[in-house]
Formats: sequence, structure tokens, C-alpha cells
Amino acid sequence: MKKKYISLLSLMLIISLGSNVYAMHIAEGFLPKMWCGFYFIISMPFVIIGLKQIRIKTKTNKDIKMLIGLVAAYCFVLSAMKIPSVTGSCSHPTGTGLAAIVFGPFVASVVSSVVLLFQALLLAHGGITTLGANLFSMGIAGPIVSYLIYIGFKNKNKKKAIFFSAMLGDLTTYMVTSIQLAVAFPSITGGVITSFIKFASIFAITQLPLAIVEGILTLIIFEFLESHSGKELKDLSEVR
Amino acid sequence: MKRRKNIGLISICLLLIVSSFVIGSIRGGEFSGADDQIAESVNQVNKDYKPWYKSIWKPPSAEIESLLFAIQAAMGAGFIGYYIGIKKNAKDNTGPFKD
Repeated sequence: MKKKYISLLSLMLIISLGSNVYAMHIAEGFLPKMWCGFYFIISMPFVIIGLKQIRIKTKTNKDIKMLIGLVAAYCFVLSAMKIPSVTGSCSHPTGTGLAAIVFGPFVASVVSSVVLLFQALLLAHGGITTLGANLFSMGIAGPIVSYLIYIGFKNKNKKKAIFFSAMLGDLTTYMVTSIQLAVAFPSITGGVITSFIKFASIFAITQLPLAIVEGILTLIIFEFLESHSGKELKDLSEVR
Repeated sequence: MKRRKNIGLISICLLLIVSSFVIGSIRGGEFSGADDQIAESVNQVNKDYKPWYKSIWKPPSAEIESLLFAIQAAMGAGFIGYYIGIKKNAKDNTGPFKD
């Protein structure tokens, strides 16, 4: 079943390939000032709420602190892996799906802000001025989608819920990035929508195989957590 | 059983990555993936746009950059390994007085 799916997918990809351009996070300075401020203002409340939630949840339980470390570490690893994709360029998964599934979208925002800051300051990947915008796509929009899918479908088929939650969260991040770029740089001839189609078609195709990889990896880690950290997961679901 | 399943899942991941690499190569991709490709696509849409802010610090060479990326991945992987180790041990080793 899976193999069939993969070969179908690769075939689809070969047919639909477009140009080579791609992007990961929006680079330093590549968003007009107004938008930088706008996304900062939207994103800040999420991080603040996330920090508060972390403080409340870890107050009494040291194991939960460790679990936060784990989801952050997972995010670090995945967003450091630049993986080649079918379009002939590289991109990387986000790794925020696990954080969103285990802790909810607000804590995922905090985790992403740490990763994005690290990459912006040390790697010149992303940027300080675009931090708000990148945080909005990777730390807020993606995790919210992940979280909702997980909550909505976990009682039907938990494995599928986790896989699609991580995968679609990853894709959402890159779709939102394309929307952000399209709104800031509408095409002169066709406006925002033409720009969006241009950015999104590139992002979506590059990101699709990576999103599937992220879905599978998240599933493996989550199954480990379920069998070895069941108590923490139960505590967390009670707090929520 | 579970181990076999995980190995299977990881092989699917590897297969996906390798096949996308192959497909990408066939299409003549350069796998560059630097952020300046965003600049290209932005420039196609809006020729007049100039980035208004430059990174405060850039890794001086590709080697340094890959070093920093490796550090990022190693920190994450190290912690994941540590966590898994602790948890596995906690479950298997229930103490000397328990049978």
C-alpha cells in the first residue's frame, strides 16, 4: 500500500515539476518593514502564552521538563537537516509537529522561536528582522494545523492522526511562507494570487517528500514516548 | 516486532530521500539551497526591491556554516539519545528489590 503510494507520488512529482527556485525561511531583510512589524506583533502573544504554559506545566513535574527538552531537540535535529528534494534543491523539515502534538501549539511556538533565533544569529539562515514572519509560519500556523488534526482524529486512528498531523503541519508552514511572500510581493501583472501560485507551487513540491519523512519520523518518536513516557503524556492531557 | 517495524519505516524515509535526490539530479538540480534563491524569485516578481537589512554576522565560509549546522543537529540528536537511554533504563531496571 505504502509502496504504491510512493511510486504514484514520485510519478506525480516528475510530471508536475516546475522551476528550481525554492526557499526555506524568509531571509534577512527580505520583507518590507511594515510586514516585519506586523508579524512580530501577531507572533509575540503566542510565545508569551507558551512560556507561561511551560512554567505552569514544569513547576511540579521534572519529567515534563525533560519531555520539553526532547521535543525541542527533535525540532533542532529536523530543522538542521537540509534534505535534497525532487525539484533539485534542498529544504528542511520543521520538526514542530511533535511539540504541537505533545504540548499544544503555544509551546511549539516557544520551541520554534529558540530554533529560529539560533539559526538567524549563528547561521545567517532566516533573520532577525524576519523572525516574526518565520515564527508565524513555522511556530504558529504549522503547529496549530498539526494540533487540530491530531485532536480531531486521534480517537479514530491514532497513527494516521500523528502522521498527517506532522506532515500537513510541515506543508502548512511552507504554504504560509508563500502567502507571506506573495502578500508582500504581489506580481505586477497578476497581483497577490499570481505571486502566491508562483511561490506555493515551488514550495509545495519541494516540501512534499520532506513532509512525508517528517510524518514518519514523528510517528516513530511518538510511539516511543507512548510506551516509555506514558505517565508524562497522561499528566499533560489532564492539565490541558 | 516493533524494531522491525521501525526499521521498515526508516527505510521508507531513506528511500524517499534517495529517490528525490535521484529525481532532482536527473532534472539537473544543483541542490544549492542557499537563501539567495529567495532573492531570485523576489527579484523576478519585483525588480526594484532591495533588502533593507543585512545579517549581523554570517558564517565566514561554507565549512563553518556546515560546522554550525552539524552542532545544531548534534545537540538535538545527543539529547534525544540521552532521553531515550534514560527512559529505556527506567523501564527495564526496576531496582534490586523487585523481581
